Amino acid sequence: MDTYELLRDIADSWFLLFLFSFFVGCVIWAFRPGSTEAYKDTINIPFRHDDMPASEPATVSAEKEAS
Amino acid sequence: MWNVVKLVVLGLVTLAAAIAANYARDLAYQVHAIIVMLVAGGLFLWTVRRTDEPLPPPEPGYLDGVVRAGVIATAFWGIVGFLVGVFIAFQLAFPSLNFEWLQGYGNFGRLRPLHTSAVIFAFGGNALIATSFYVVQRTCATRLWGGNLAWFVFWGYQLFIVLAATGYLLGATQSKEYAEPEWYTDIWLTIVWVAYLAVFLGTIYRRKEPHIYVANWFYLAFIVTIAMLHIINNLSLPVSIFGSKSVQLFAGVQDAMVQWWYGHNAVGFLLTAGFLGMMYYFVPKQAERPVYSYKLSIIHFWALIFLYIWAGPHHLHYTALPDWATTLGMVFSVILWMPSWGGMINGLMTLSGAWDKLRTDPVIRMMVISIGFYGMSTFEGPMMSIRAVNSLSHYTDWTIGHVHSGALGWNGMITFGALYFLTPRLWGREGLYSLKLVNWHFWLATLGIVLYAASMWVSGIMEGLMWREVDANGFLVNSFADTVAAKFPMYVARALGGVFYLTGALIMCYNLWMTVRRSPAKAETPAMAPAE
Repeated sequence: MDTYELLRDIADSWFLLFLFSFFVGCVIWAFRPGSTEAYKDTINIPFRHDDMPASEPATVSAEKEAS
Repeated sequence: MWNVVKLVVLGLVTLAAAIAANYARDLAYQVHAIIVMLVAGGLFLWTVRRTDEPLPPPEPGYLDGVVRAGVIATAFWGIVGFLVGVFIAFQLAFPSLNFEWLQGYGNFGRLRPLHTSAVIFAFGGNALIATSFYVVQRTCATRLWGGNLAWFVFWGYQLFIVLAATGYLLGATQSKEYAEPEWYTDIWLTIVWVAYLAVFLGTIYRRKEPHIYVANWFYLAFIVTIAMLHIINNLSLPVSIFGSKSVQLFAGVQDAMVQWWYGHNAVGFLLTAGFLGMMYYFVPKQAERPVYSYKLSIIHFWALIFLYIWAGPHHLHYTALPDWATTLGMVFSVILWMPSWGGMINGLMTLSGAWDKLRTDPVIRMMVISIGFYGMSTFEGPMMSIRAVNSLSHYTDWTIGHVHSGALGWNGMITFGALYFLTPRLWGREGLYSLKLVNWHFWLATLGIVLYAASMWVSGIMEGLMWREVDANGFLVNSFADTVAAKFPMYVARALGGVFYLTGALIMCYNLWMTVRRSPAKAETPAMAPAE
């Protein structure tokens, strides 16, 4: 019973606070200054490297031709 | 050297399985031991024949063979699962289909877990493994980590499915909904799952893109959480090492709570988070424009992860579970509505400025209707989790209708969309064999879901109202058999909906087959051919 009460006590005080502030932190982090610029690159990840991994030479030539 | 280790392990497994088959205490265990013996023995011979042979040079580029196998397995298990589903739907409408000569093997009670596991874990699970391997390579711009470990994950998962499915028919079940497989099958899945996590994390670790694309976050959450849920819900002690029966570690209401913590998060992390990973990759790709808002996708992810894990107790309203726990589950389920609809908006608005594609591209139409069904079922779910609504809906067909609008609408449709996207690309074809057939599939599946969901709403609410109806003296008006008789027309309509959905899936299989066989090969562009 002691273990249960101890864990329960931590769970609905400090750990609740930790999880909640972690979540709020994630939301604030998503809106940090400069995030819009950074995400412009991230959001386009699916449209690169469709056929070949980045390190392969073929992709480099493909990217050159595309640009 | 590595082959020698493999041969020793396979030989020992074959021997142990043969001994286990001999000492088996029940039929399911014996059949499973024989299956394991044959698989391990076959692999032993296969490895012997390849030992000391020159290795073929490693092919460059992405590891797509395992994704191709995954596409085939997804389509195959989909048909199996839908077929069993249609059959048990007819069994409910016409009980004489529980044939006397199949009693104990082919009656509703044995086939129902076969249906749920076949569609959730075999069809859905294979779709998730295949698409995650495809997406993580493309978005990390690197080949899958671990060489043939990905193939071990694929074949190991198929073995898990076969062991689970045959076990249900032969009576090996631990009676936990969606977690029926017995202890040794659970241990095997744990091994496969750890390998899956290793392949996925290893690929992310070696990524060439600085950022981890949001789809991978969803896939990773799915893999990690399913591992945790699976292990905790399956903590059990086998009665004998030579028998399939095991005893659960938890008992009573704790066991119920752990079971529904597992059950609801299997919905939340396998059927939602994993498939959202598919949505965040395939919808932008098919629409040829990036996702609507990357910030929203980050908030969507963290809100979903933080909220879903608490929603399980809403399955246990009016039980021995304390009220505070069910209230907690109910409140979190209602809050969960917000991230769900945030994700739906993000998926749908990806098409803003490209809505005309809905008219010309039946594949994107399939993806859009799946997001629509995601929105509808994530509205219905929180509503049904409210205690007052639940007192009417629980134990009725309404629940079954809700599950199927999510499973057939959201999971099924987005998977079909992904299969239509992947097949031409994986087999190097110009395009699909026939868009007209995709259209047929779309309408058959949609009408099937409408028939299914509508009949189950009517049947469920009618059932709930009949159960609670009392006369002036406070006596119940209806017996249980009265409700069963009243549901007959709705059961027939539901089974017809299933037939529609199955027919659509068969058309898809024909279309994908013909795409591989008949569609013109993709023209080799100079950029694609590596310099000789």
